[in-house]
Amino acid sequence: MDVVLDNLDVFVRGMRTTVSLTMLSFGVALVIGIVVAAFRVSPIPPLRAVGALYVEMIQSSPLVLLFFLFYYGLTKVGIQYGEFTTAVIVLGGYTGAYVGEMVRSGINAVSTGQAEAARSLGLTFPQVMRVVVLPQALRTIVAPLGGLFIALIKNSSIAAVIAVSDLLYEIDQLSTATAQPIPIYLGAAAAYLLLTVPSGILIDQIDRRVAIRR
Amino acid sequence: MSAPGVLALADELGPRGRRRVRIATGVAGLLLLLLAWVAVRRLGDRGQLDWARWEPFTQWSVMKFLLLGMVNTLKAAAAAMGLALLLGSALALLRLSRTAPLRWFAAGFVEFFRGVPLLLLIFFTFFGLRKYDIDISPFRALVLALAIYNGAVLGEIFRAGIRSLDRGQTEAAYAMGLSYWQAMGLVVIPQAVRRMVPAIVSQLVTLLKDTSLGFIVTYDELLRRSRSTGQFFNNPLQTTVVVALMYIGVNYALSRLARWLEVRQRRRFGAGAIIVGGAEDLNTVGLVAASATDDLEPTVA
Repeated sequence: MDVVLDNLDVFVRGMRTTVSLTMLSFGVALVIGIVVAAFRVSPIPPLRAVGALYVEMIQSSPLVLLFFLFYYGLTKVGIQYGEFTTAVIVLGGYTGAYVGEMVRSGINAVSTGQAEAARSLGLTFPQVMRVVVLPQALRTIVAPLGGLFIALIKNSSIAAVIAVSDLLYEIDQLSTATAQPIPIYLGAAAAYLLLTVPSGILIDQIDRRVAIRR
Repeated sequence: MSAPGVLALADELGPRGRRRVRIATGVAGLLLLLLAWVAVRRLGDRGQLDWARWEPFTQWSVMKFLLLGMVNTLKAAAAAMGLALLLGSALALLRLSRTAPLRWFAAGFVEFFRGVPLLLLIFFTFFGLRKYDIDISPFRALVLALAIYNGAVLGEIFRAGIRSLDRGQTEAAYAMGLSYWQAMGLVVIPQAVRRMVPAIVSQLVTLLKDTSLGFIVTYDELLRRSRSTGQFFNNPLQTTVVVALMYIGVNYALSRLARWLEVRQRRRFGAGAIIVGGAEDLNTVGLVAASATDDLEPTVA
């Protein structure tokens, strides 16, 4: 285990990149997800089609493939960003497709009687959404969104394939340099658990606080 | 009928509303066409639409190379899924066991392997084991890592499936004098399995996508073959697009299957999908339940 303790700074540096990568991508994913959900419930057919196409295509593609498409493919048409920015875009776009589905399912999970009751009270569409439907919808998706966040922490490791120096990339370099893969991998597992397990507990707490008891 | 999903949220549109929707549809359609035109122009300007770059995909030898890569992908996915199902069942039974240390062991196993990135597991089973002179083939390393990771996820799905059954079922079985294993085998598991099928199929989609990580340990699957094809013909963009369509074809078919099974099940048993607490894995959870609710809305209303 000495090799882990001696190189703690490498682990910390990697974790820092992983955390900022995850946070930024999750922000991008939330924005994309809300737009996609809005597209998919909108009364305008072309927007609904674009939303559905985006979700189905992204959810059916391996994440690594999207990294390659963006990093090696789109440079050919002059679209080129740094590794970190590329990773934020790809991870955010990928997770955004899942967020969009969740927001939509959250809206659909609110019983139709709620919206009907709100309308019969004379609320307008924006009021129905803001006052009645969305507050209930968002509460029901706290736990699934939290699950996505944890999955994103783990998925961010795939950014290592385009040489983003996240935790996985750093420990890969370290294991090559020191030729002691097993202790380093175990250390990396501990580092990832240090990120995922507390996140899980925190999400559980939030979910419990906002959950609607029926 | 207005758009699905907005049925209850707004009143049926009047003439003015309908006209607005028509105008918005036209504007959105035009914008999309404009966007597509810009994209095509850009591709054309950079010579990415040249026939020479797409021509390789009309050659049977090239397509055969890629299709055999897909076969390798499916092979790894099938082997990993088989093992993961076994491991998942064992973990679920252990977690529901009446012996506390067994429960703790299974819980620890699941928590550990669900909290760690799959890529790290693949590093472990390939580079890690090789370091200690265990000569494991890329295929086996990939399948082992996939099976452990997905076994942990499936264990949770199975447990949720068993838990989702009404307690009355178990109690009735005990009341009839069945033992623990008889109650499990004759009453609980057969019912739980039916509820879990859609979740299992959609987990298979995740697993199939994850086999693409095998390229890192030099397993000769579709993504690896797409990389070498792109380099050989100097058309990485075109190859990635073709390969993406192959992945999308297979995975889309699988997720439609999951959705169909889910809907059929709800109709037949009137039972809900299992929603695994927390939705830890991207594909498993909410989505199956969500898509089914949408499809069902007309019958419910």
